[in-house]
Amino acid sequence: MSITTMLSGRGAQAPAAPKTDVALDLRNVQKTYDTPGRPHVEAIRNLDFQVRRGELVCVVGPSGAGKTTLLRSIAGLLDVTAGEVVLDGTTVTGPPEGMAVVFQEYGRSLFPWMTVRQNIELPLKEKGIPKAERREKVDRALEEVSLSEAAEQHPWQLSGGMQQRVAIARAIAFEPTVLLMDEPFAAVDAQTRAELEDLVRSLWKHLGVTVLFVTHDIDEAVYLGERVIVLSNRPTVLMEDVKVDLPPERDQLTTRSDPRFGELRGHVYELIQRAKRGERPDETAAVDKGV
Amino acid sequence: MIRFLKATGYVLGLPVILLTAWWFGSANSTSPFWPPLSTIIETFPSTWTWDRIVGDVFPSLARLGIGFGLAVVVGIVLGTAIGLSPTLRALSEPVLEFFRAVPPPVLVPIIALFAGYTGWLGKIVTIALGCLWPILLNTVEGVRGLEPVLGDTAKSYHLSPWRRLVFVVLPGASPRIFTGARQSLSIGVILMVISELFGANRGLGAAIVQFQRSFAIPQMWTGVIVLGLIGVLLATLFKVVENRMLAWYVGQRQIERGA
Ligand SMILES: Nc1ncnc2c1ncn2[C@@H]1O[C@H](COP(=O)(O)OP(=O)(O)OP(=O)(O)O)[C@@H](O)[C@H]1O
Ligand SMILES: [Mg+2]
Repeated sequence: MSITTMLSGRGAQAPAAPKTDVALDLRNVQKTYDTPGRPHVEAIRNLDFQVRRGELVCVVGPSGAGKTTLLRSIAGLLDVTAGEVVLDGTTVTGPPEGMAVVFQEYGRSLFPWMTVRQNIELPLKEKGIPKAERREKVDRALEEVSLSEAAEQHPWQLSGGMQQRVAIARAIAFEPTVLLMDEPFAAVDAQTRAELEDLVRSLWKHLGVTVLFVTHDIDEAVYLGERVIVLSNRPTVLMEDVKVDLPPERDQLTTRSDPRFGELRGHVYELIQRAKRGERPDETAAVDKGV
Repeated sequence: MIRFLKATGYVLGLPVILLTAWWFGSANSTSPFWPPLSTIIETFPSTWTWDRIVGDVFPSLARLGIGFGLAVVVGIVLGTAIGLSPTLRALSEPVLEFFRAVPPPVLVPIIALFAGYTGWLGKIVTIALGCLWPILLNTVEGVRGLEPVLGDTAKSYHLSPWRRLVFVVLPGASPRIFTGARQSLSIGVILMVISELFGANRGLGAAIVQFQRSFAIPQMWTGVIVLGLIGVLLATLFKVVENRMLAWYVGQRQIERGA
Protein backbone atom coordinates (compact mmCIF):
# COMPACT_ATOMS: atom_id res chain seq x y z
CA MET A 1 0.00 0.00 0.00
CA SER A 2 2.76 2.36 0.90
CA ILE A 3 4.38 1.61 -2.42
CA THR A 4 1.26 2.51 -4.34
CA THR A 5 0.82 5.78 -2.45
CA MET A 6 4.43 6.56 -3.05
CA LEU A 7 4.06 5.82 -6.70
CA SER A 8 0.80 7.65 -7.10
CA GLY A 9 2.22 10.51 -5.05
CA ARG A 10 5.15 10.73 -7.36
CA GLY A 11 2.87 10.40 -10.35
CA ALA A 12 0.71 13.26 -9.11
CA GLN A 13 3.71 15.46 -8.52
CA ALA A 14 5.45 14.78 -11.80
CA PRO A 15 3.37 17.04 -14.05
CA ALA A 16 3.39 19.83 -11.47
CA ALA A 17 7.18 20.04 -11.38
CA PRO A 18 8.61 19.50 -14.81
CA LYS A 19 10.87 22.52 -14.50
CA THR A 20 13.14 21.74 -11.58
CA ASP A 21 15.11 24.90 -12.18
CA VAL A 22 12.33 26.95 -10.61
CA ALA A 23 13.48 28.08 -7.18
CA LEU A 24 10.58 30.31 -6.27
CA ASP A 25 7.06 29.96 -7.50
CA LEU A 26 4.32 32.42 -6.56
CA ARG A 27 0.95 30.93 -7.30
CA ASN A 28 -1.87 33.49 -7.27
CA VAL A 29 -0.60 35.05 -4.08
CA GLN A 30 -3.02 37.43 -2.41
CA LYS A 31 -2.64 39.34 0.81
CA THR A 32 -5.22 41.38 2.62
CA TYR A 33 -4.24 42.85 5.98
CA ASP A 34 -6.88 42.74 8.63
CA THR A 35 -5.48 44.52 11.64
CA PRO A 36 -7.95 45.82 14.24
CA GLY A 37 -6.97 49.45 13.70
CA ARG A 38 -7.07 49.24 9.89
CA PRO A 39 -9.47 46.57 8.76
CA HIS A 40 -9.32 45.12 5.28
CA VAL A 41 -6.32 46.62 3.51
CA GLU A 42 -5.92 44.76 0.25
CA ALA A 43 -2.17 44.95 -0.31
CA ILE A 44 -1.62 42.28 -2.96
CA ARG A 45 -4.49 41.42 -5.27
CA ASN A 46 -2.77 38.77 -7.31
CA LEU A 47 0.83 37.94 -8.06
CA ASP A 48 1.81 34.92 -10.09
CA PHE A 49 5.40 34.64 -11.28
CA GLN A 50 8.41 32.42 -10.99
CA VAL A 51 12.09 32.89 -10.26
CA ARG A 52 14.57 30.39 -11.63
CA ARG A 53 17.34 28.96 -9.48
CA GLY A 54 20.32 31.29 -9.50
CA GLU A 55 18.41 34.15 -11.07
CA LEU A 56 18.71 37.77 -9.95
CA VAL A 57 15.32 39.43 -10.10
CA CYS A 58 14.58 43.01 -9.16
CA VAL A 59 11.18 44.21 -7.97
CA VAL A 60 10.14 47.82 -8.45
CA GLY A 61 6.85 49.56 -7.84
CA PRO A 62 5.35 52.73 -6.41
CA SER A 63 5.72 53.35 -2.67
CA GLY A 64 3.14 51.37 -0.75
CA ALA A 65 2.71 48.95 -3.64
CA GLY A 66 3.25 45.95 -1.39
CA LYS A 67 6.89 45.17 -2.13
CA THR A 68 7.72 44.60 1.51
CA THR A 69 4.54 42.61 1.93
CA LEU A 70 5.61 40.39 -0.96
CA LEU A 71 9.08 39.89 0.47
CA ARG A 72 7.79 39.06 3.94
CA SER A 73 5.39 36.53 2.47
CA ILE A 74 8.25 34.84 0.64
CA ALA A 75 10.36 34.94 3.80
CA GLY A 76 7.64 33.03 5.64
CA LEU A 77 7.08 35.86 8.08
CA LEU A 78 3.59 36.67 6.85
CA ASP A 79 0.70 34.35 6.03
CA VAL A 80 -0.75 34.93 2.61
CA THR A 81 -4.51 35.31 2.35
CA ALA A 82 -4.84 33.09 -0.70
CA GLY A 83 -2.57 31.28 -3.12
CA GLU A 84 0.79 29.92 -2.13
CA VAL A 85 4.49 30.66 -2.16
CA VAL A 86 6.43 27.59 -3.23
CA LEU A 87 10.16 27.41 -2.63
CA ASP A 88 12.06 24.45 -4.06
CA GLY A 89 8.85 22.52 -4.42
CA THR A 90 7.59 23.05 -0.86
CA THR A 91 4.96 25.52 0.20
CA VAL A 92 6.38 28.18 2.48
CA THR A 93 4.67 28.16 5.88
CA GLY A 94 7.52 29.54 7.99
CA PRO A 95 10.99 30.96 7.42
CA PRO A 96 12.68 28.56 4.96
CA GLU A 97 16.13 27.10 5.59
CA GLY A 98 19.05 28.71 3.82
CA MET A 99 17.32 32.02 3.19
CA ALA A 100 18.72 35.34 4.31
CA VAL A 101 16.69 38.54 4.44
CA VAL A 102 17.97 42.11 4.53
CA PHE A 103 15.10 44.09 5.98
CA GLN A 104 14.09 47.55 4.92
CA GLU A 105 14.38 48.60 8.57
CA TYR A 106 18.05 47.60 8.48
CA GLY A 107 18.96 49.64 11.57
CA ARG A 108 16.36 47.98 13.72
CA SER A 109 17.30 44.52 12.47
CA LEU A 110 20.70 44.68 14.18
CA PHE A 111 21.00 43.60 17.80
CA PRO A 112 22.08 46.74 19.67
CA TRP A 113 23.55 44.76 22.58
CA MET A 114 26.00 42.99 20.32
CA THR A 115 29.00 44.27 18.45
CA VAL A 116 29.03 44.23 14.67
CA ARG A 117 31.08 41.03 14.76
CA GLN A 118 28.68 39.31 17.16
CA ASN A 119 25.72 40.33 15.00
CA ILE A 120 27.22 38.69 11.94
CA GLU A 121 28.48 35.71 13.88
CA LEU A 122 25.23 34.72 15.57
CA PRO A 123 23.58 33.03 12.56
CA LEU A 124 26.87 31.25 11.85
CA LYS A 125 26.95 29.92 15.42
CA GLU A 126 23.48 28.57 14.86
CA LYS A 127 24.76 26.79 11.76
CA GLY A 128 27.35 25.09 13.96
CA ILE A 129 30.37 26.54 12.18
CA PRO A 130 33.54 26.23 14.31
CA LYS A 131 34.97 29.33 15.90
CA ALA A 132 38.04 29.91 13.75
CA GLU A 133 36.06 29.52 10.57
CA ARG A 134 33.37 31.85 11.87
CA ARG A 135 35.94 34.51 12.52
CA GLU A 136 37.31 34.17 9.05
CA LYS A 137 33.86 34.37 7.44
CA VAL A 138 32.94 37.45 9.46
CA ASP A 139 36.20 39.14 8.54
CA ARG A 140 35.70 38.37 4.87
CA ALA A 141 32.11 39.62 4.87
CA LEU A 142 33.13 42.83 6.61
CA GLU A 143 35.92 43.34 4.15
CA GLU A 144 33.51 42.97 1.26
CA VAL A 145 31.33 45.76 2.56
CA SER A 146 34.48 47.74 3.56
CA LEU A 147 33.68 47.81 7.24
CA SER A 148 36.61 45.88 8.72
CA GLU A 149 37.47 48.67 11.11
CA ALA A 150 33.97 48.68 12.65
CA ALA A 151 33.98 45.03 13.73
CA GLU A 152 34.16 45.67 17.45
CA GLN A 153 31.76 48.60 17.49
CA HIS A 154 28.09 48.50 18.33
CA PRO A 155 25.56 49.15 15.55
CA TRP A 156 24.26 52.33 17.18
CA GLN A 157 27.74 53.83 16.97
CA LEU A 158 27.59 53.62 13.18
CA SER A 159 25.95 55.81 10.55
CA GLY A 160 22.81 54.63 8.75
CA GLY A 161 24.75 53.59 5.68
CA MET A 162 27.22 51.63 7.77
CA GLN A 163 24.41 49.87 9.60
CA GLN A 164 22.92 48.90 6.29
CA ARG A 165 26.23 47.42 5.22
CA VAL A 166 26.42 45.42 8.46
CA ALA A 167 23.01 43.94 7.69
CA ILE A 168 24.25 43.05 4.21
CA ALA A 169 27.46 41.55 5.62
CA ARG A 170 25.42 39.40 7.97
CA ALA A 171 23.36 38.10 5.06
CA ILE A 172 26.32 37.28 2.83
CA ALA A 173 28.36 35.68 5.64
CA PHE A 174 25.41 33.32 6.09
CA GLU A 175 25.96 32.08 2.51
CA PRO A 176 22.27 31.66 1.74
CA THR A 177 20.80 29.86 -1.26
CA VAL A 178 18.10 32.51 -1.52
CA LEU A 179 18.75 36.13 -0.67
CA LEU A 180 15.91 38.62 -0.22
CA MET A 181 16.83 42.28 -0.02
CA ASP A 182 14.37 45.08 0.70
CA GLU A 183 15.75 48.42 -0.53
CA PRO A 184 19.12 47.52 0.94
CA PHE A 185 21.00 50.52 -0.43
CA ALA A 186 18.50 53.22 0.45
CA ALA A 187 20.76 54.88 3.03
CA VAL A 188 24.20 54.63 1.45
CA ASP A 189 25.94 57.31 -0.57
CA ALA A 190 26.22 57.05 -4.35
CA GLN A 191 29.81 55.85 -4.36
CA THR A 192 29.24 53.06 -1.82
CA ARG A 193 26.03 52.24 -3.57
CA ALA A 194 27.79 51.57 -6.85
CA GLU A 195 30.32 49.39 -5.03
CA LEU A 196 27.62 47.44 -3.25
CA GLU A 197 25.72 46.91 -6.49
CA ASP A 198 28.81 45.36 -8.00
CA LEU A 199 29.29 43.35 -4.83
CA VAL A 200 25.79 41.90 -5.13
CA ARG A 201 26.41 41.06 -8.79
CA SER A 202 29.71 39.35 -8.06
CA LEU A 203 28.41 37.45 -5.03
CA TRP A 204 25.45 36.35 -7.02
CA LYS A 205 27.74 35.03 -9.74
CA HIS A 206 30.16 33.30 -7.38
CA LEU A 207 27.69 31.79 -4.98
CA GLY A 208 25.01 30.92 -7.49
CA VAL A 209 22.47 32.33 -5.05
CA THR A 210 18.93 33.22 -6.09
CA VAL A 211 18.35 36.90 -5.39
CA LEU A 212 15.15 38.87 -5.11
CA PHE A 213 16.01 42.51 -4.84
CA VAL A 214 13.46 45.20 -4.02
CA THR A 215 14.40 48.75 -4.91
CA HIS A 216 12.75 52.03 -5.76
CA ASP A 217 15.66 52.99 -7.99
CA ILE A 218 14.92 52.18 -11.63
CA ASP A 219 18.55 52.46 -12.78
CA GLU A 220 19.60 50.10 -10.05
CA ALA A 221 16.90 47.60 -10.97
CA VAL A 222 17.94 47.52 -14.62
CA TYR A 223 21.65 47.49 -13.82
CA LEU A 224 21.39 44.61 -11.36
CA GLY A 225 18.59 42.42 -12.58
CA GLU A 226 18.17 39.85 -15.26
CA ARG A 227 14.51 40.60 -14.94
CA VAL A 228 12.63 43.51 -13.49
CA ILE A 229 9.23 42.81 -12.02
CA VAL A 230 7.18 46.00 -12.14
CA LEU A 231 4.29 46.15 -9.72
CA SER A 232 1.15 48.24 -10.05
CA ASN A 233 -0.02 50.41 -7.17
CA ARG A 234 -2.14 48.94 -4.43
CA PRO A 235 -3.97 46.50 -4.60
CA THR A 236 -0.99 45.07 -6.39
CA VAL A 237 -0.91 43.06 -9.58
CA LEU A 238 1.97 42.51 -11.99
CA MET A 239 2.39 45.49 -14.34
CA GLU A 240 5.01 43.84 -16.46
CA ASP A 241 7.77 41.30 -16.19
CA VAL A 242 10.61 43.06 -18.05
CA LYS A 243 13.44 40.90 -19.33
CA VAL A 244 16.79 42.68 -19.07
CA ASP A 245 18.70 41.52 -22.15
CA LEU A 246 21.96 43.20 -21.25
CA PRO A 247 25.23 41.25 -21.39
CA PRO A 248 25.92 39.32 -18.16
CA GLU A 249 29.19 41.14 -17.55
CA ARG A 250 28.09 44.48 -16.17
CA ASP A 251 30.14 47.49 -15.40
CA GLN A 252 29.09 50.79 -13.89
CA LEU A 253 30.48 52.77 -16.83
CA THR A 254 29.91 50.71 -19.96
CA THR A 255 26.62 49.13 -18.98
CA ARG A 256 25.06 52.38 -17.96
CA SER A 257 26.05 54.03 -21.21
CA ASP A 258 24.80 51.11 -23.30
CA PRO A 259 21.89 52.34 -25.50
CA ARG A 260 19.93 49.22 -24.57
CA PHE A 261 20.29 50.16 -20.89
CA GLY A 262 18.74 53.52 -21.70
CA GLU A 263 15.84 51.90 -23.54
CA LEU A 264 15.09 49.46 -20.73
CA ARG A 265 15.40 52.18 -18.16
CA GLY A 266 12.99 54.36 -20.14
CA HIS A 267 10.56 51.51 -20.48
CA VAL A 268 10.54 50.71 -16.75
CA TYR A 269 10.27 54.41 -15.95
CA GLU A 270 7.25 54.66 -18.20
CA LEU A 271 5.66 51.64 -16.51
CA ILE A 272 6.19 53.11 -13.06
CA GLN A 273 4.71 56.43 -14.15
CA ARG A 274 1.67 54.62 -15.44
CA ALA A 275 1.45 52.57 -12.25
CA LYS A 276 1.59 55.75 -10.18
CA ARG A 277 -1.24 57.26 -12.22
CA GLY A 278 -3.27 54.23 -11.21
CA GLU A 279 -3.17 52.51 -14.56
CA ARG A 280 -3.18 48.75 -14.24
CA PRO A 281 -3.28 45.74 -16.54
CA ASP A 282 -6.53 44.56 -14.95
CA GLU A 283 -7.94 48.03 -15.63
CA THR A 284 -11.11 46.85 -17.25
CA ALA A 285 -11.90 44.81 -14.16
CA ALA A 286 -11.13 47.81 -11.96
CA VAL A 287 -13.34 50.07 -14.04
CA ASP A 288 -16.17 47.57 -13.94
CA LYS A 289 -15.90 47.54 -10.17
CA GLY A 290 -15.71 51.31 -9.89
CA VAL A 291 -18.73 52.05 -12.06
CA MET B 1 40.41 66.03 37.71
CA ILE B 2 38.28 69.15 37.90
CA ARG B 3 35.41 67.19 36.49
CA PHE B 4 35.92 64.54 39.15
CA LEU B 5 35.88 67.15 41.92
CA LYS B 6 32.74 68.62 40.45
CA ALA B 7 31.05 65.23 40.33
CA THR B 8 31.96 64.47 43.96
CA GLY B 9 30.74 67.93 44.85
CA TYR B 10 27.35 67.20 43.34
CA VAL B 11 27.09 63.85 45.09
CA LEU B 12 28.17 65.08 48.50
CA GLY B 13 26.82 68.62 48.39
CA LEU B 14 23.27 68.11 49.56
CA PRO B 15 24.08 65.47 52.23
CA VAL B 16 26.69 67.78 53.72
CA ILE B 17 24.23 70.67 53.83
CA LEU B 18 21.56 68.52 55.45
CA LEU B 19 23.94 67.11 58.03
CA THR B 20 25.18 70.59 58.89
CA ALA B 21 21.61 71.78 59.28
CA TRP B 22 20.82 68.78 61.49
CA TRP B 23 23.97 69.33 63.55
CA PHE B 24 23.26 72.96 64.35
CA GLY B 25 19.51 72.63 64.43
CA SER B 26 19.67 69.91 67.05
CA ALA B 27 22.71 71.21 68.95
CA ASN B 28 20.80 72.72 71.87
CA SER B 29 17.88 70.34 71.77
CA THR B 30 16.66 69.15 75.13
CA SER B 31 13.78 67.12 73.74
CA PRO B 32 14.40 63.44 74.51
CA PHE B 33 13.03 62.50 71.05
CA TRP B 34 15.38 64.84 69.18
CA PRO B 35 18.78 64.35 70.76
CA PRO B 36 21.60 66.50 69.38
CA LEU B 37 23.37 64.93 66.42
CA SER B 38 26.60 65.05 68.40
CA THR B 39 25.04 62.73 71.02
CA ILE B 40 23.83 60.37 68.34
CA ILE B 41 27.27 60.15 66.80
CA GLU B 42 28.86 59.63 70.21
CA THR B 43 26.68 56.62 70.88
CA PHE B 44 27.38 55.18 67.45
CA PRO B 45 30.56 53.14 68.18
CA SER B 46 29.23 51.64 71.38
CA THR B 47 25.93 50.71 69.73
CA TRP B 48 27.15 49.23 66.46
CA THR B 49 29.76 46.86 67.77
CA TRP B 50 30.99 44.01 65.63
CA ASP B 51 28.80 41.62 67.65
CA ARG B 52 25.75 43.64 66.84
CA ILE B 53 26.64 43.90 63.18
CA VAL B 54 27.05 40.13 62.96
CA GLY B 55 23.97 39.47 65.07
CA ASP B 56 21.59 42.04 63.58
CA VAL B 57 22.79 43.61 60.36
CA PHE B 58 24.11 40.54 58.58
CA PRO B 59 21.01 38.39 59.12
CA SER B 60 18.80 41.21 57.85
CA LEU B 61 20.93 41.67 54.76
CA ALA B 62 21.10 37.94 54.16
CA ARG B 63 17.31 37.66 54.25
CA LEU B 64 17.03 40.62 51.91
CA GLY B 65 19.56 39.07 49.56
CA ILE B 66 17.84 35.70 49.48
CA GLY B 67 14.36 37.17 49.11
CA PHE B 68 15.39 39.62 46.41
CA GLY B 69 17.42 36.97 44.59
CA LEU B 70 14.45 34.58 44.59
CA ALA B 71 12.21 37.35 43.28
CA VAL B 72 14.65 38.15 40.47
CA VAL B 73 14.92 34.53 39.34
CA VAL B 74 11.22 33.71 39.61
CA GLY B 75 10.19 37.10 38.19
CA ILE B 76 12.37 36.77 35.11
CA VAL B 77 11.42 33.15 34.44
CA LEU B 78 7.68 33.69 34.89
CA GLY B 79 7.75 37.10 33.23
CA THR B 80 9.50 35.77 30.15
CA ALA B 81 7.10 32.86 29.86
CA ILE B 82 4.08 35.14 30.21
CA GLY B 83 5.55 37.72 27.85
CA LEU B 84 6.20 35.15 25.15
CA SER B 85 2.90 33.27 25.39
CA PRO B 86 -0.33 35.08 24.55
CA THR B 87 -2.34 32.25 26.12
CA LEU B 88 -0.46 32.46 29.38
CA ARG B 89 -0.86 36.22 29.31
CA ALA B 90 -4.61 36.08 28.84
CA LEU B 91 -4.86 33.60 31.69
CA SER B 92 -2.65 35.46 34.15
CA GLU B 93 -3.58 39.08 33.44
CA PRO B 94 -6.42 39.45 35.99
CA VAL B 95 -4.42 37.67 38.68
CA LEU B 96 -1.40 39.86 38.09
CA GLU B 97 -3.51 43.01 38.24
CA PHE B 98 -4.99 41.83 41.53
CA PHE B 99 -1.65 41.14 43.19
CA ARG B 100 -0.16 44.32 41.86
CA ALA B 101 -2.87 46.26 43.70
CA VAL B 102 -2.20 44.59 47.06
CA PRO B 103 0.33 46.60 49.11
CA PRO B 104 3.15 44.23 50.08
CA PRO B 105 3.06 44.91 53.88
CA VAL B 106 -0.46 43.47 53.93
CA LEU B 107 1.16 40.15 53.13
CA VAL B 108 2.88 40.04 56.51
CA PRO B 109 -0.02 38.85 58.70
CA ILE B 110 -1.12 36.37 56.04
CA ILE B 111 2.33 34.87 55.70
CA ALA B 112 2.65 34.86 59.50
CA LEU B 113 -0.34 32.53 59.59
CA PHE B 114 1.22 30.02 57.23
CA ALA B 115 4.97 30.24 57.70
CA GLY B 116 5.20 31.66 61.20
CA TYR B 117 7.24 34.70 61.96
CA THR B 118 9.87 33.56 64.40
CA GLY B 119 12.20 31.96 61.86
CA TRP B 120 13.65 33.18 58.61
CA LEU B 121 11.15 31.52 56.32
CA GLY B 122 8.25 33.91 56.81
CA LYS B 123 10.50 36.95 56.47
CA ILE B 124 12.14 35.71 53.29
CA VAL B 125 8.79 34.83 51.78
CA THR B 126 7.51 38.31 52.59
CA ILE B 127 10.50 40.00 50.96
CA ALA B 128 10.43 37.70 47.92
CA LEU B 129 6.69 38.16 47.33
CA GLY B 130 6.90 41.92 47.70
CA CYS B 131 9.85 42.12 45.31
CA LEU B 132 8.35 39.75 42.79
CA TRP B 133 5.67 41.94 41.18
CA PRO B 134 7.70 44.85 39.87
CA ILE B 135 10.23 42.47 38.32
CA LEU B 136 7.58 40.15 36.94
CA LEU B 137 5.42 42.88 35.41
CA ASN B 138 8.37 44.75 33.95
CA THR B 139 9.81 41.57 32.47
CA VAL B 140 6.47 40.85 30.78
CA GLU B 141 6.42 44.35 29.30
CA GLY B 142 10.07 44.17 28.30
CA VAL B 143 9.61 40.87 26.50
CA ARG B 144 6.47 42.09 24.75
CA GLY B 145 8.04 45.37 23.74
CA LEU B 146 10.88 43.71 21.86
CA GLU B 147 11.50 45.33 18.46
CA PRO B 148 9.49 43.19 15.98
CA VAL B 149 12.18 43.42 13.29
CA LEU B 150 14.60 41.77 15.70
CA GLY B 151 12.12 38.96 16.23
CA ASP B 152 11.80 38.57 12.46
CA THR B 153 15.58 38.54 12.10
CA ALA B 154 15.87 35.80 14.73
CA LYS B 155 13.17 33.80 12.99
CA SER B 156 14.54 34.12 9.50
CA TYR B 157 18.02 33.07 10.62
CA HIS B 158 16.42 30.09 12.39
CA LEU B 159 17.85 30.85 15.79
CA SER B 160 17.02 28.02 18.17
CA PRO B 161 14.58 28.83 20.99
CA TRP B 162 17.47 28.72 23.42
CA ARG B 163 19.61 31.19 21.45
CA ARG B 164 16.60 33.38 20.86
CA LEU B 165 16.03 33.52 24.61
CA VAL B 166 19.63 34.18 25.61
CA PHE B 167 20.77 36.42 22.76
CA VAL B 168 17.57 38.18 21.75
CA VAL B 169 14.68 38.12 24.22
CA LEU B 170 16.47 38.56 27.55
CA PRO B 171 18.93 41.27 26.43
CA GLY B 172 16.06 43.06 24.71
CA ALA B 173 14.01 42.99 27.90
CA SER B 174 16.93 43.79 30.19
CA PRO B 175 16.35 47.56 30.43
CA ARG B 176 12.84 46.94 31.71
CA ILE B 177 14.01 44.11 33.95
CA PHE B 178 16.47 46.49 35.59
CA THR B 179 13.77 49.10 36.07
CA GLY B 180 11.66 46.49 37.84
CA ALA B 181 14.56 45.25 39.92
CA ARG B 182 15.35 48.75 41.11
CA GLN B 183 11.79 49.24 42.34
CA SER B 184 11.92 45.81 43.94
CA LEU B 185 15.09 46.57 45.81
CA SER B 186 13.57 49.55 47.61
CA ILE B 187 10.44 47.55 48.39
CA GLY B 188 12.74 44.80 49.65
CA VAL B 189 14.51 47.11 52.09
CA ILE B 190 11.17 48.30 53.46
CA LEU B 191 9.93 44.73 53.85
CA MET B 192 13.22 43.68 55.44
CA VAL B 193 12.46 46.11 58.26
CA ILE B 194 8.74 45.49 58.47
CA SER B 195 9.14 41.73 58.57
CA GLU B 196 11.21 42.07 61.74
CA LEU B 197 8.62 44.08 63.64
CA PHE B 198 6.50 41.07 64.46
CA GLY B 199 7.40 38.66 67.23
CA ALA B 200 10.71 38.44 69.04
CA ASN B 201 13.51 38.90 66.58
CA ARG B 202 17.03 39.86 65.83
CA GLY B 203 17.79 42.06 62.92
CA LEU B 204 18.28 45.67 61.99
CA GLY B 205 14.60 46.57 62.00
CA ALA B 206 14.03 44.66 65.24
CA ALA B 207 16.97 46.42 66.86
CA ILE B 208 15.60 49.85 66.00
CA VAL B 209 12.21 48.97 67.49
CA GLN B 210 13.80 47.55 70.64
CA PHE B 211 15.82 50.75 71.13
CA GLN B 212 12.66 52.76 70.75
CA ARG B 213 10.71 50.60 73.21
CA SER B 214 13.44 50.87 75.81
CA PHE B 215 13.70 54.65 75.33
CA ALA B 216 17.26 54.40 73.99
CA ILE B 217 16.48 57.23 71.63
CA PRO B 218 20.00 58.19 70.43
CA GLN B 219 20.62 54.49 69.72
CA MET B 220 17.38 54.35 67.77
CA TRP B 221 18.59 57.24 65.64
CA THR B 222 21.89 55.50 64.94
CA GLY B 223 19.86 52.54 63.69
CA VAL B 224 18.00 54.79 61.30
CA ILE B 225 21.31 56.15 60.04
CA VAL B 226 22.68 52.64 59.51
CA LEU B 227 19.57 51.75 57.55
CA GLY B 228 19.99 54.82 55.38
CA LEU B 229 23.64 54.01 54.73
CA ILE B 230 22.72 50.48 53.71
CA GLY B 231 20.19 51.93 51.29
CA VAL B 232 22.87 54.13 49.71
CA LEU B 233 25.28 51.20 49.52
CA LEU B 234 22.73 48.94 47.83
CA ALA B 235 21.73 51.61 45.34
CA THR B 236 25.39 52.15 44.43
CA LEU B 237 25.99 48.43 43.99
CA PHE B 238 22.90 48.19 41.82
CA LYS B 239 24.08 51.09 39.69
CA VAL B 240 27.47 49.46 39.16
CA VAL B 241 25.88 46.21 37.97
CA GLU B 242 23.40 48.08 35.80
CA ASN B 243 26.08 50.22 34.16
CA ARG B 244 28.00 47.11 33.27
CA MET B 245 25.11 45.13 31.89
CA LEU B 246 23.25 47.97 30.20
CA ALA B 247 26.24 49.80 28.76
CA TRP B 248 24.84 49.31 25.25
CA TYR B 249 21.48 50.76 26.26
CA VAL B 250 22.96 53.80 27.95
CA GLY B 251 25.23 54.43 24.96
CA GLN B 252 22.39 54.04 22.48
CA ARG B 253 20.17 56.41 24.44
CA GLN B 254 22.89 59.04 24.65
CA ILE B 255 23.46 58.93 20.90
CA GLU B 256 19.74 59.09 20.16
CA ARG B 257 19.35 62.12 22.40
CA GLY B 258 22.43 63.81 21.04
CA ALA B 259 21.29 63.39 17.44
N1 LIG C 1 0.52 45.39 9.20
C1 LIG C 1 -0.22 46.07 8.30
N2 LIG C 1 -1.53 46.31 8.52
C2 LIG C 1 -2.28 46.97 7.64
N3 LIG C 1 -1.82 47.46 6.48
C3 LIG C 1 -0.53 47.28 6.19
C4 LIG C 1 0.35 46.58 7.08
N4 LIG C 1 1.58 46.55 6.53
C5 LIG C 1 1.47 47.20 5.36
N5 LIG C 1 0.22 47.64 5.15
C6 LIG C 1 -0.27 48.35 3.97
O1 LIG C 1 -0.04 47.53 2.85
C7 LIG C 1 0.39 48.31 1.75
C8 LIG C 1 1.70 47.78 1.21
O2 LIG C 1 2.72 47.99 2.18
P1 LIG C 1 4.23 47.60 1.92
O3 LIG C 1 5.00 47.96 3.12
O4 LIG C 1 4.29 46.18 1.48
O5 LIG C 1 4.61 48.58 0.71
P2 LIG C 1 6.03 48.82 0.01
O6 LIG C 1 5.83 48.62 -1.44
O7 LIG C 1 7.08 48.04 0.67
O8 LIG C 1 6.25 50.36 0.29
P3 LIG C 1 7.63 51.17 0.39
O9 LIG C 1 8.14 51.34 -0.99
O10 LIG C 1 7.23 52.49 0.98
O11 LIG C 1 8.54 50.38 1.27
C9 LIG C 1 0.48 49.74 2.24
O12 LIG C 1 -0.67 50.41 1.83
C10 LIG C 1 0.51 49.61 3.73
O13 LIG C 1 -0.10 50.71 4.32
MG1 LIG D 1 8.75 48.46 1.71
